[in-house]
Amino acid sequence: MKMMRCPLNGLRNISEFSYGGELKHMPDQNTCTDEAWADYVFNKNNTAGIVLEWWMHTPSSYWFIAERHTVTDEMIRTFDPQEIFNQRVEFTQATVAEKTPVSEKQGALA
Amino acid sequence: MPLGLLKYGFSNDYPIEVDLPAPKALKKRYDVVIIGGGGHGLAIAYYLAKYQGITNVAVLEKSYLGGGNTARNTAVIRSNYLTSEGVKFYSESVDLFKNLSNEFDFNIMYSERGQLTLAHTDATVRAFRQRAEVNKHFGGRTEMIDRKQIKELVPCLNLDPAHLPVLAGLWHMDGATARHDAVAWGYAKEAAKRGVEIHQLTEVQDFVVNRNQVTAVKTNRGSIECGCVVQAVAGTSSLLMNKLKIRSPIQTFPLQAMVSQPFKPFLNPLVSSSALHCYVQQTSRGEIVFGGGSDPYPLYNTRSTLDLKESLLAHAIEMFPFMANVKLMRQWAGMTDMTPDYSPIMGQSPYDNYYLDAGWGTWGFKATPICGKTMAELVATGRTPDLIKPFELSRFSRFQQVNEMGATAASH
Repeated sequence: MKMMRCPLNGLRNISEFSYGGELKHMPDQNTCTDEAWADYVFNKNNTAGIVLEWWMHTPSSYWFIAERHTVTDEMIRTFDPQEIFNQRVEFTQATVAEKTPVSEKQGALA
Repeated sequence: MPLGLLKYGFSNDYPIEVDLPAPKALKKRYDVVIIGGGGHGLAIAYYLAKYQGITNVAVLEKSYLGGGNTARNTAVIRSNYLTSEGVKFYSESVDLFKNLSNEFDFNIMYSERGQLTLAHTDATVRAFRQRAEVNKHFGGRTEMIDRKQIKELVPCLNLDPAHLPVLAGLWHMDGATARHDAVAWGYAKEAAKRGVEIHQLTEVQDFVVNRNQVTAVKTNRGSIECGCVVQAVAGTSSLLMNKLKIRSPIQTFPLQAMVSQPFKPFLNPLVSSSALHCYVQQTSRGEIVFGGGSDPYPLYNTRSTLDLKESLLAHAIEMFPFMANVKLMRQWAGMTDMTPDYSPIMGQSPYDNYYLDAGWGTWGFKATPICGKTMAELVATGRTPDLIKPFELSRFSRFQQVNEMGATAASH
C-alpha cells in the first residue's frame, strides 16, 4: 500500500489518512462580497502539478499540510501547519468589522 | 466459394464503407471549434450538423477518437435521479439513446435491462421513496420493490451481506446499457458524413483572447480562428479552464473499474448498492463489470491501486458470493471531474463565445445524446435551453446547486 509520512506519527499507510482540500486563503466573511465567499467555498485551483493541501491522520485526528504532485502522486513533503500558521488569529477585529458595515447599511437604508 | 468471396472483396463492385474520411490539413477558420473528440464532443458536432445546419465545424482530439472517458466508463444509462432538474434532463437522454441505433444505422448495442439499487438502511429506503415518486411524476418507470421481488429479479444476489441486510430496492425499468465505443463511433461517422472535420492527434495548447471573445485556438498543428469554441474534455476540464482563468469548483479524481472473464448470461439487471460502494452488471458479451466510488483524493492520473480494487471486490463478493472464483480480465481507471453537487457544468462561460461542457464526474456517458443536442442548440442560437439552464457554472456564485449526491455517488 502507498505510504504517507505523518509529521506526528511517521510513515503510515495511505488508508489512515483523509484528504482535506486545497490550502487556500479565507477571505474575511464580514467584509467580502457573496461572490468572493462563493469562490472561497466552492472553487478550486485543481492544479496539475505540485500543490499544498490539508490532510488528516484519521486515527489521531491530527491535521497537517502536505506538498504533493497531483500528476505523479508523489508525496514531496509533509509538515505541521505551524510552519504557515504561526500567528494567533484574533477575532476581536472581526467583531469590529462585523459591526461597522451593518450600521453603515442601516444608515444607508434609513 | 471462398475464392469467389475473396475475388468479390477485391473487386470494384465491393461496397467500401468509409467510416471516417482520411485526415487532412486544418482550415484557417471554423465557425465552431469543439475541443475533445469523445462521445460528448462528437455528439455536439453531430447535432450541430444534422439539426442546426452548421457544418463548418472542427472536432479537435489530442489523442484518438473516444479514447478518454468515453472508453473508460461503465456504460450505465439511467434517469432515476433525485431533483426535478436532473430527472427531466437524464430522462430525455434515455429516450434519445433508445433510438440511436436507428438514427446512426449502426448498432450501439443498446440493451434495456433495468437498474436495481439496493437499500440497506431505513434512511436509504426513505430516499428511494422520494426518488421513485419524483421519477414517476416526470414519466419515468421507477418503483420500490421488496426483498421477495428482488430475489425474483436477481436470484443469485445475497440478500443478507454481513452487517447490511437488504431492506428494499429501487427498481428503475428504464435502466440500460450500451456499447460506449459504438456511441462515439456512430456520432463521429454521421457527423463526418455531414461535413464535420474530425482531427485526431490535435491538441489545443492555448487560446487567443480579444476582450471577451476567444478568437483563435493554438494547437500543436498551428493556430485556428474560430467563431466559437466548445470544450468537452472530461478529466482535464480544469486545465483548459485555467488557461482562460475561468474559476470552477471542479476537482479531478481517478475512478477505477474492472471487468471479469465472460460468462453465460446470468445477470439481467444492473445492480448497485451505495452502502457497499459497488455496482455490478453483465455486459452483452458476458463479462461482469465492477465499478465503485472515486478514489479518496484528487489526482490527474489513470493509475490503479490494489487497495481500492480489494475493497471494491470484497463488496462485490458480499453481494454475489459465487464471484469469489471469478477471474478478472482487465482493470483500468478514468479521470472524473467531480463537482460539489454531483451535477454537470454546462452552458455559457464568462466569455461570450466559449461554451462549457464539463464537470461530468462519474455521470457523463448516460448524458451523451441530450448533452450533444442541448449544447448544439446553445451554440447555434446563443440561448441556453431551459433543460440545461440549472447546470450553468454561475449557479455556484448564486448558491443554487442542483444536489444529486444521493442519487449519484457510487451508483452510476
